[in-house]
Amino acid sequence: MADPVIQVEDVEKRFVVRVKRGRLRRERREVAAVDRIAFEIERGTIVGYLGPNGAGKSTTVKMLTGILVPSGGRIRVAGLDPSRRRVELAAKIGVVFGQRSQLWWDLPLRDSFELLRHIYRVPPARHRENLDRFADVLALGPFIDTPVRQLSLGQRMRGELTAALLHDPEIVFLDEPTIGLDVVAKAAVREFLSEVNRERAVTVLLTTHDLADIERLCSRLLVIDHGRLIWDGGLEELRRQHGPERTLVVDLEESAPPLELDGARVVKVDGPRQWLRFRRDETSASELIAAVGAQARLLDVAIEETEIEEIVRRIYAAGGR
Amino acid sequence: MAELGRIYLRLIGARARSQLEYRASLVLQIFASALLTLLDFVMILVLFENVPELDGWTVQQVALLYGIAGISFALTDLIVGHLDLFPQMIRDGTFDQILVRPLPSLLQVVASDFSLRRIGKILQAVAVLIVALAAADIEWTLGRAAMVPLAVVSGTLIYTGVWIALATIAFWIVDAIEFVNAFTYGGNFLSAYPITIFGRWLRNLVLFVIPIAFVAYLPALYILDKPDELGLPEALQYASPFVAVLTVLVARLVWENAVRHYRSAGG
Amino acid sequence: MRLDWELARRGYRRYAAYPGATAAGLFTNVFFGLLIAYILLAVFDQTSNIGGYDVGDALAYVWLAQGLLSVVASYGPSWSELALRVRSGDVATDLYRPVDLQRALFAQDVGRAGYQVIWRAVPQFVLGAILFDITAPADALVLLAFCLSVCIAIVVSFAIRFLVNLSAFWLLDYRGPMLLVLTVAHLFSGLIVPLTFFPEPLGDILRALPFAAMLQTPIDIWVGEPLGGSTVGALLLQVFWAVALVLSGRLVLAAGTQKLVVQGG
Repeated sequence: MADPVIQVEDVEKRFVVRVKRGRLRRERREVAAVDRIAFEIERGTIVGYLGPNGAGKSTTVKMLTGILVPSGGRIRVAGLDPSRRRVELAAKIGVVFGQRSQLWWDLPLRDSFELLRHIYRVPPARHRENLDRFADVLALGPFIDTPVRQLSLGQRMRGELTAALLHDPEIVFLDEPTIGLDVVAKAAVREFLSEVNRERAVTVLLTTHDLADIERLCSRLLVIDHGRLIWDGGLEELRRQHGPERTLVVDLEESAPPLELDGARVVKVDGPRQWLRFRRDETSASELIAAVGAQARLLDVAIEETEIEEIVRRIYAAGGR
Repeated sequence: MAELGRIYLRLIGARARSQLEYRASLVLQIFASALLTLLDFVMILVLFENVPELDGWTVQQVALLYGIAGISFALTDLIVGHLDLFPQMIRDGTFDQILVRPLPSLLQVVASDFSLRRIGKILQAVAVLIVALAAADIEWTLGRAAMVPLAVVSGTLIYTGVWIALATIAFWIVDAIEFVNAFTYGGNFLSAYPITIFGRWLRNLVLFVIPIAFVAYLPALYILDKPDELGLPEALQYASPFVAVLTVLVARLVWENAVRHYRSAGG
Repeated sequence: MRLDWELARRGYRRYAAYPGATAAGLFTNVFFGLLIAYILLAVFDQTSNIGGYDVGDALAYVWLAQGLLSVVASYGPSWSELALRVRSGDVATDLYRPVDLQRALFAQDVGRAGYQVIWRAVPQFVLGAILFDITAPADALVLLAFCLSVCIAIVVSFAIRFLVNLSAFWLLDYRGPMLLVLTVAHLFSGLIVPLTFFPEPLGDILRALPFAAMLQTPIDIWVGEPLGGSTVGALLLQVFWAVALVLSGRLVLAAGTQKLVVQGG
């Protein structure tokens, strides 16, 4: 059943920018940071929101969270109009800004959680339950009594995520949550988000430049550039349209000259290992494996997709078509 | 309403607690700030070393002005003094963070700090006021006795309202915070003197626009039973509480309007 | 010499980059100037002479003081910069350079002072002179002595701030004591009330202190009431303080550097 928790219709945001022309004169220009975008997000989805810097990502998120009022169009988040019912909406959402902190700098982490409990009016039992669970999953124990300013980035981010979810929000907006984290911390954050989404049907809008975040978490992608939505769809779809090529990596029993196959070409050879590039719409992986097996003894196979990096680059290059 | 009050107390309680951790340093700071602000009063004493009166006001009477205005301003400084840093909050995105919380933005900004060290200023003003009340030739009545605390409370509300309203300038021009200081610190400075010594334009400004004349001067006329040189209606001497409420309401409106502008024009 | 000029220019430009802040500061100066002028006018309603100052002198004092305030008692962005660099250890890189730290900082400060003389002191004083009846210097020689005195005041002001910043070598929490010393200096330099108003002998003692050399001395010269009656004497006292403070600064810096070297920063 369709249950769109975020609805964006024909939304635009125009700013007046003063540009200096020479020493004293200043020109007024209107710039559309967001230029008529529309999308709907179903409850319980994890959506990735991509775009080059200055594309309009943070402006969109600010409009969705009630910080900015749109110049035109209609927004409904959890059924509410963010520009008119900011305070009501705030109780239903969680926000993590990658660079800024919502925690109290010189207080222990635990105290921040306690203050937030009062601010969001969370019943004490529910708060305790949530906190215990999150503390467990994110391993907050060792540093929950440490002042926030003494925490490492990874520890702080885990604290921020907890803070954003303690009040059982329907939607969380995350802005670059894994930026600057080491590999282990990133994995922990992704794992956590995935679990929270599964268990509590929390909708997640994730702004990120980290493509691994997208691959591991997002079932849907929105790509914005120059204020326009240039892609809205699933990851698989994206791959199919913009990443038509896949690579079959075969480990043969012994080194051999490059295999000759229909529908695939060898792009690299390294001893007994060969990389075969093929188009997904022309050849299926299983067909190809069978064809290879007919020519040589196979020890192992692996399939590589087009780098998401490459796909995104192509989308940006294709621009707002 | 009461709930917001409780949240306010909790938030500033957290800040106060973290400051109390450095107790020794805090006591030192309180002491130091008390001494330093007392020097302001010393300046007044120096003036009176040279003349017996200032436009018909004796040193004890001026001390009364100084005391009432001083306590009011010091209390205001305690509650909203951190508004000096408000432009920084806008610049670094802290204000956006505030907009994402389910509380009124003004409450959050006001609750964002509470500098215990400012208690020093309150203490020195209280000291001066007590001495002034004893030394000035006051014919005490119930009304006059009640006016002293009433003036302080009203004065605090007036200064607070003025400070908040002026601080919203940061939404429009980020670098302009020092203009605000001219009126807040300057306002406190001039409140220690009878407004009769100032030029007409300034008198009208502090009576009708930024109503700081209602903090100390007008209540003092009543307490000291001094004739009003300016021909103002006598009712104004009792009007401080009303002016206080009015100022706070206006400040609230100015704030709401400024936030609306911020949300339309962009961060 | 070339380097000095470059550094001075840098100091100037740093402040020129914030015209908004300058305008706001100017506004504050004018506002306070008006307030104090009114107060002193009320005072001189009752008497015609205080410590040798008449009403014109007192008004001159107000407007000169407010103007010079931004020049010599500057709490702008750079006042504790050196202390911060000492705390963080960055000062070590400064000390490696083949440039004398005190001299380099002084050159920058001169640039800053220049900016503030042009864009704050002068406009604000002109406004005050238009609005009020201010005593003018008795003759061109007095004016010259005044300008000279202001220059020395800038040196004294710098030297005091330099010394106070150096406390960061030894104090963990340098901000408290620094603020205390600077505020006291500020007050005793004769800001709101001319030091001449203080009852004797306190007034004379305060006027002999180095803080007075920042503000009170040049103004005394302007209105023709130098300490001890002699302009030359007052200038010499100022120079004495300037030299003493600058030398102290160098000694303290050497001691601090020594500590840095020994402790490894």
